[in-house]
Amino acid sequence: MNSWIDLRAVWEIVVVGLLCGAGLPALFAIGMRALGSHKKGQLVAAGSDDLVGGNPAGIAFAVLCFAIILAAVGFAIYIIVISGHPK
Amino acid sequence: MSSNDIVLALVIITGLSFDFTNGFHDTANAMATSIATRALSPRIAVGLSAALNLVGAFLSLSVAATIASGLVETGLVTLTVVFAGLAGAIIWNLITWFFGIPSSSSHALIGGVIGSMLAAAGSHAVKWQGLVSKVIIPAVLSPFIAALVAATGTYLVYRIARSMRERARGDAFRIGQIGSASLVSLAHGTNDAQKTMGIITLALIANGTLAAGASTPVWVIVICALTIAGGTYAGGWRVIRTLGKGLVEIESPQGFAAESSSAAVILLSTHFGYSLSTTQVATGSILGCGLGKKGADVRWNVAGRMATAWILTLPSAGVMGAISYYIADGIGGTAGIVVVLLLLIAFSTVIYLRSRATKVDPENVNSEWTGTVAPPEAATEAA
Repeated sequence: MNSWIDLRAVWEIVVVGLLCGAGLPALFAIGMRALGSHKKGQLVAAGSDDLVGGNPAGIAFAVLCFAIILAAVGFAIYIIVISGHPK
Repeated sequence: MSSNDIVLALVIITGLSFDFTNGFHDTANAMATSIATRALSPRIAVGLSAALNLVGAFLSLSVAATIASGLVETGLVTLTVVFAGLAGAIIWNLITWFFGIPSSSSHALIGGVIGSMLAAAGSHAVKWQGLVSKVIIPAVLSPFIAALVAATGTYLVYRIARSMRERARGDAFRIGQIGSASLVSLAHGTNDAQKTMGIITLALIANGTLAAGASTPVWVIVICALTIAGGTYAGGWRVIRTLGKGLVEIESPQGFAAESSSAAVILLSTHFGYSLSTTQVATGSILGCGLGKKGADVRWNVAGRMATAWILTLPSAGVMGAISYYIADGIGGTAGIVVVLLLLIAFSTVIYLRSRATKVDPENVNSEWTGTVAPPEAATEAA
């Protein structure tokens, strides 16, 4: 670390930032796509805009994605709280 | 009540006024994109953001009192210096709000305090290296980091969701937007409410009410948290409009990616102790979500105006802080502070009345962007 720029902190923010700030939204998108998926051969009415498709495996996978995201957010808040009240 | 106590009370009131401007200036950081894509109605958005700012202010105390130490020689700080610095910061916040520019309230505060410190004690009272390494370099880096994260997120989200029907996709990411915007509001509370707490604590120490190195009293935490939440609820509609409609035309997947990027970068910067301006991160993210989507237009002239305002923020708030100090110190004592306070109230009233003429409110905040902060009357009626 030099005295003008904290390269280590910048580097950490960029890498972890990409992982959480871009990776988690991507996971959310994957979950949403899975949630709306349909079973093979399932007839879908034209113009169906439902968020939830009829595929149980898709729904289960979506729930897993959302659970990971919620866990990550919960963990982040936990870290902020415990490091913010030094005792 | 001695005259010192009166001065202290005036400084605390001025500090809370700054906290309030900080709140409404920054509502846009969390909520501009959600309002623009109609994920949330304008009034619900500011209400939610205010509540989460309030909660956030109690979550962490790590940033409090760091604003001054490391930037100025705290031993030389007097109540008048703190007061004049706050006055400078408020003036600059009001000017930038009037023009709908999302500038950093932290920079305004730092600029104001440094300006009044220079006026009071000269350049040896300012830690210049601290200013460059803790404020200026992070300020230059933060929009780029945020834009990179948001552009990457936007690109990934559109790629993954391209097979989704347009309406389902819109609905899906509006839900995501509410979550990510809430997280930005929470992060804003943990960051920005702390700054006024730090300044008021500094004033209490300068007055001898608290011992040097004392931690922030609970009543200071509570009133600062309530004030910033109140400011957030007031909603800086002019800034919300520039960020939500002016910079980029935003769809819900973009807004979602932008807010996720802001939340992650702000929380990480708090965690790694590398303080970044929430405003610059949020603006960088919104710019990035325009860059990450093919065919999205970024209005570079709007971005350029913001960048200019950012460069001007430290020196301008500094000049205002210095002028406030010269007036207050020139007249001297309690009278000097009262005169500056009256001038400040007069200035705020003029700005407020002028803003009424070109009003931006929850009704017209989403009108088509035609190059001005306040939409023309006709557009307001059409919307």
